Amino acid sequence: MPRRTDLKSVLILGAGPIVIGQACEFDYSGAQACQALKEEGLRVILVNSNPATIMTDPVMADATYIEPVNWRMLEKIIEKERPDAILPTMGGQTALNCALDLNRHGILDKYNVELIGANCEAIDKAEDRELFDQAMQKIGLETPRHGIARNLEQAHEALEKVGFPCIIRPSFTMGGTGGGIAYNKEEFDEICQRGIELSPTNELLIDESLIGWKEYELEVVRDTNDNCIIVCSIENFDAMGVHTGDSITVAPAQTLTDKEYQILRNASLAVLREIGVETGGSNVQFGINPADGRLVIIEMNPRVSRSSALASKATGFPIARVAAKLAIGFTLDELRNEITGGVTPASFEPSIDYVVTKIPRFTFEKFPEANDRLTTQMKSVGEVMAIGRTFQESLHKALRGLEVGMCGLDPLLNLKLSDAKAILTRELTEPGAERIWYIADAFRAGWSLDTVHNLTGVDRWFLVQIEDLINDETMLAEKSLQDVDYDLMRMLKRKGFSDMRLSQILEIAEQAVQSRRHEMGIRPVYKRVDTCAAEFVSSTAYMYSTYEEECEAEPSDKDKIMVLGGGPNRIGQGIEFDYCCVHAALAMREDGYETIMVNCNPETVSTDYNISDRLFFEPLTFEDVIEIVQLEKPKGVIVQFGGQTPLNLVKRLEEAGVPVIGTSPDAIDRAEDRERFQQLIEKVGLKQPPNSTVRSVEEAIEAAKRITYPLVVRPSYVLGGRAMEIVYNEEELDRYMHDAVKVSNDSPVLLDYFLSAAIEIDVDLVCDGERVVVGAIMQHIEQAGIHSGDSACSLPPYNLPMEVQDKIREQVTALALELGVIGLMNTQLAYQDGEIYIIEVNPRASRTVPFVSKCIGRSLAKVAARCMVGQSLQEQGFLSEIIPKTFAVKEAIFPFNKFPGVDPILGPEMKSTGEVMGVGKTFAEAYAKAQMGAGEFFEKKGNAFLSVRDADKPHIAAVASKLLALGYSIVATHGTATVIEEAGLEVAGVNKVAEGRPHIVDMLKNEEIQLIVNTTEGKQAISDSSMIRRTALRHGVFCTTTVAGALAVCEALSFSGNMSVYTIQDLHAALN
Amino acid sequence: MAGSAVLALEDGSVFHGVSIGSEGSSSGEVVFNTSMTGYQEILTDPSYAKQIVTLTYPHIGSTGTNEEDNESRQVWASGLVIRDLPLLASNWRNEQSLDEFLKARKVVAIAEIDTRRLTRLLRDKGALNGCLLSGAALEAGGELEALRLAKAFPGLKGMDLAKQVSVKKSFDWQGGVWELESGYKVDSGNRFKVVAYDFGVKHNILRMLVDRDCEVTVVPAQTPASEVLAMKPHGIFLSNGPGDPEPCDYAIAAIAEFLEADIPLFGICLGCQLMALACGASTVKMSLGHHGANHPVENLKDGSVMITSQNHGFAVDEKTLPDNLVATHKSLFDGSLQGIERTDKPAFAFQGHPEASPGPHDVAPLFDHFIELMANQK
Repeated sequence: MPRRTDLKSVLILGAGPIVIGQACEFDYSGAQACQALKEEGLRVILVNSNPATIMTDPVMADATYIEPVNWRMLEKIIEKERPDAILPTMGGQTALNCALDLNRHGILDKYNVELIGANCEAIDKAEDRELFDQAMQKIGLETPRHGIARNLEQAHEALEKVGFPCIIRPSFTMGGTGGGIAYNKEEFDEICQRGIELSPTNELLIDESLIGWKEYELEVVRDTNDNCIIVCSIENFDAMGVHTGDSITVAPAQTLTDKEYQILRNASLAVLREIGVETGGSNVQFGINPADGRLVIIEMNPRVSRSSALASKATGFPIARVAAKLAIGFTLDELRNEITGGVTPASFEPSIDYVVTKIPRFTFEKFPEANDRLTTQMKSVGEVMAIGRTFQESLHKALRGLEVGMCGLDPLLNLKLSDAKAILTRELTEPGAERIWYIADAFRAGWSLDTVHNLTGVDRWFLVQIEDLINDETMLAEKSLQDVDYDLMRMLKRKGFSDMRLSQILEIAEQAVQSRRHEMGIRPVYKRVDTCAAEFVSSTAYMYSTYEEECEAEPSDKDKIMVLGGGPNRIGQGIEFDYCCVHAALAMREDGYETIMVNCNPETVSTDYNISDRLFFEPLTFEDVIEIVQLEKPKGVIVQFGGQTPLNLVKRLEEAGVPVIGTSPDAIDRAEDRERFQQLIEKVGLKQPPNSTVRSVEEAIEAAKRITYPLVVRPSYVLGGRAMEIVYNEEELDRYMHDAVKVSNDSPVLLDYFLSAAIEIDVDLVCDGERVVVGAIMQHIEQAGIHSGDSACSLPPYNLPMEVQDKIREQVTALALELGVIGLMNTQLAYQDGEIYIIEVNPRASRTVPFVSKCIGRSLAKVAARCMVGQSLQEQGFLSEIIPKTFAVKEAIFPFNKFPGVDPILGPEMKSTGEVMGVGKTFAEAYAKAQMGAGEFFEKKGNAFLSVRDADKPHIAAVASKLLALGYSIVATHGTATVIEEAGLEVAGVNKVAEGRPHIVDMLKNEEIQLIVNTTEGKQAISDSSMIRRTALRHGVFCTTTVAGALAVCEALSFSGNMSVYTIQDLHAALN
Repeated sequence: MAGSAVLALEDGSVFHGVSIGSEGSSSGEVVFNTSMTGYQEILTDPSYAKQIVTLTYPHIGSTGTNEEDNESRQVWASGLVIRDLPLLASNWRNEQSLDEFLKARKVVAIAEIDTRRLTRLLRDKGALNGCLLSGAALEAGGELEALRLAKAFPGLKGMDLAKQVSVKKSFDWQGGVWELESGYKVDSGNRFKVVAYDFGVKHNILRMLVDRDCEVTVVPAQTPASEVLAMKPHGIFLSNGPGDPEPCDYAIAAIAEFLEADIPLFGICLGCQLMALACGASTVKMSLGHHGANHPVENLKDGSVMITSQNHGFAVDEKTLPDNLVATHKSLFDGSLQGIERTDKPAFAFQGHPEASPGPHDVAPLFDHFIELMANQK
């Protein structure tokens, strides 16, 4: 059946900002959907509030709305665009929920818009647990014993049925937000209470615990003719009890016989048919009792998902692309399998001849108070995927691709500790982020396979292979490099050991292992991912390394540019960098180069094999990269765009003779090394806050006396403000130096005077070595002291004097030229008391590049990439800064709701996972939209609670008077209230928590507070007030922790006009 | 430490690996199968007689072996070629490791070779004759001996293997399909009497017939038509099997008689080719054949697509179909003929494997069609 001719335009719903449980896999799927529909000649309308996405690039759709993904804004867009249909299956839970809302509010009917891919009934059936269970019963499939509860009483009834331990999940929340496992009554009540509040339907599902069961997932695609295929099966390494997003997973399923696998296959198809997913991709999750094979259905998602992105990358079958085509009426047999160059149809099931391992990446170090045990609520922020010919090889590759300082199964625990056994037992039974290494340690300690299996529930099939690797390590530790002969070296490399890990075990330099290996002629070969296990010729160069006989890389002798990607997402390095890598690759391809991408993050667009000519799905370590470079011999390697990951390799790559292009590594070092940076600033005649680099506690205390407090303290060479703090006195500095960082000669600590009342500014620019063009000047809304990645910002600045902006332009231009930047440079500045200070210079892509590009209608990353290969800005016709007349505000999104107990306060350490953009004719409109995109809703009446630190007291009356004017009543803690009263404004006092009851938290719990302004400083004050912010978060009360933020909120609230929706295409047209 | 083993091919290629299973020498046609599951079913599928099977998925043996998953009474494949034999088998139904299973059945096998290199070679050159050599035989003769044996293997063209793998005496089949909770039912149907020709029949075919209430009698490949007709069956089933269909003149003659008698006929794989030959079409040796569990086949009647299990090296030549024999299914991989049906008789056949085992169950409804034909005649 060819495509439906009645459809002329389709609206695609994006997933909005990156949050835990919903990351850039939806940019990958959304971008594919846009392309798939556009090439069929449909008018594609797209809405997504996330500017850091490829899908919101103006070429991807005909009308792109970077607007909040909620039904109210959608109604405006639908009214304007009148699409024939909405495709809600590409944007994760956000899009599905939005589609249901549109239906509930009658908007689909009103404008006669059809949902394609999945209809409301199917979405409801899949997402509503009761309906889902009925549906499963109907087709004879078991679901776990369970109960549904809408209050604590019903929860207790359900508990009777399922018993302890049990799993609690709120309905309609993504990534299992708010769920957990309860082993006792106390935990049960706590989780239920939280879950009822978090669920948009105030509904909980309480499940029989299947802890220790095996978990599988099947990716299914169905077309309108009822043709169904399984694209991929996935087996979880971690047994049930750990959210699948937090589990190590392996594809294909390893421990099922054909008979058992076919049961899962049949069940998956039956589920899709019964739920009524008419077309598109879905995933079905199963639990299997390892003792007897009893099978239960855990859940199904009637949309593409994180797993389908993984399955697409794991097999080479582009699920989202195919699903989009099916949604408009095509059938599977009408579509071609592109990876084989169209030789075969899409209506087949991929067969793979390698093993894929995915390992999630966590950032618990950012949230020290968070519960770091893995449960049914997803907590990871990214993932790495690796391909090897065996499980051992792919596991090893994934471990080193994770970039957590491990190059394999490195020892984690000092086994000589007296409580080593107790630690191991806990880490094995209650999994945390590092369980895989503790498992290795258990084998190192001589624990038996059965013991480890009984403690972890991990299948012996996986465990025995880890044990085997540890046996190899032990054997090797007895040897010296000279003893390692060809056979042994080959055996070790075939098992995936990195040169680095071998060198650690042999206690020699990595270089020595590499040299010996090369002398022996043991080099990786590259095999192709072809969806068909080599049954057909593949024209696509999607490759992975392995140690085998035959290499299929077939490198050409064209001029090539290689782009190194950013590896797994983490806080501080996410989709923004992938966006830059993709743009660099596209620009180079447009200019006629053969492009090579190296990356290991399965969620990304950069690892779509269509983006570059050749894709190497490989870890970004020196060893893995250098082998590809030596094979491909690229003309240039771009390291500026992948964040810190490729930059960490620069020194060694350059030493190895790799042609790194763009800003020289020496210039990067001049910007990153604080002492050299200081010299640079002095040379150019600029200012930076008084600062010092210290290498011991004593030095720190001395230096602090000279600089004076408060101080910003941080280790050198970090991204995302890792371990960055503000200290207000010597005691705090002393604690920081002792507890927070390991200070040494090699890793000094940086002290800067903290400009506590400054306006912060970010500038992105591009330079060809001779000319500088400023991309944009962005004014932060939160004042200095909040990490730039966590601060909202306005483009153009909303109240920074023009002459200051001009001075900033001069200063950053001078800096770029002095450094000899070729490509991008990001500068962070502070403006306080008439002075401009240079805080930081990063001669590389920054987090704001995609945002800026969306605002100015020009891809900075593309311009920069072209500079790197020698095209001047003149040649590119990019000669002057483009300053939009509309305002755009970028707001950060935080994962605090996933980490109950964590203080949701902003500081110098970055904590946000994503961002949204709001566009408006005024700053107020833009900021209001950005807040709306961030999911914040302001109730425009009720009580506003104010409590501020002394430094902010002179400014709080202004906030109070604005809030009063807006119609709020003011409640304040006594110190703050006094200041407000003195200004002649009406205010009611309330107790701080420590001052006795009733206090502010009581008011919050009684829902008597609708808005919070709470600024604080100093360790003690922060901890005293954290209860307020945590309670606010739980009750969904908006809370700002800066006065500047409060003033911006007042502006947004005062925006009374009707919000308009703008397409990026129109905004860009207006720039010319 | 396992001993070494080599796989030599008639084109002179040699692969060095380690010996698993039994040591010794074995020659055959080297083919690959891309199914990621079902190695035990594949090994015990009689259609693999005289073939050395390479499995493209690297870990083979992960679930061990068990009594339930055999598709016949023995291993028929001449040898097994894999990348990796796992250290441990893990599955609640596991009874014996693959290595022990192979040893007990004296199957020569090799691991640790670049099976993808081999697969690409076979893909480009077509199935090649080869020889597996390990243990004392390898020590004595070395690589050269393996090459000599590979070249000496006569090839499958013109080879009648059906009568070699067939049962020698007829018997009544008991037992339905496997179920998760209950395993195999010991069962026999009684609604239809079906005679199944054993050209190398996979047991799952018989089980699926029983599940559809058939009383099944299995007869040797060379059973004359008259003997079968004397049993007064409601339908006759023509099984899958190894080798070249052309030399099986006895079967072709018998099928022609059944067609004349208007008895419902259902053929699978070799059975499909034999039915075509009996109708006057001809068959060809394919360069590579189909061996996998992911092959899309289109039902030409309604355009639906089924994912099928496939294992054949010979095929019916579509150009030679007589007017009363029409194509019902075609492969979406290469357009080759996958199903045929007589327009004037209750007879049809399928080239792939509707009984799956291993593979998807999408084509199982063909068994229901057979039942329908018998019901119509009854």
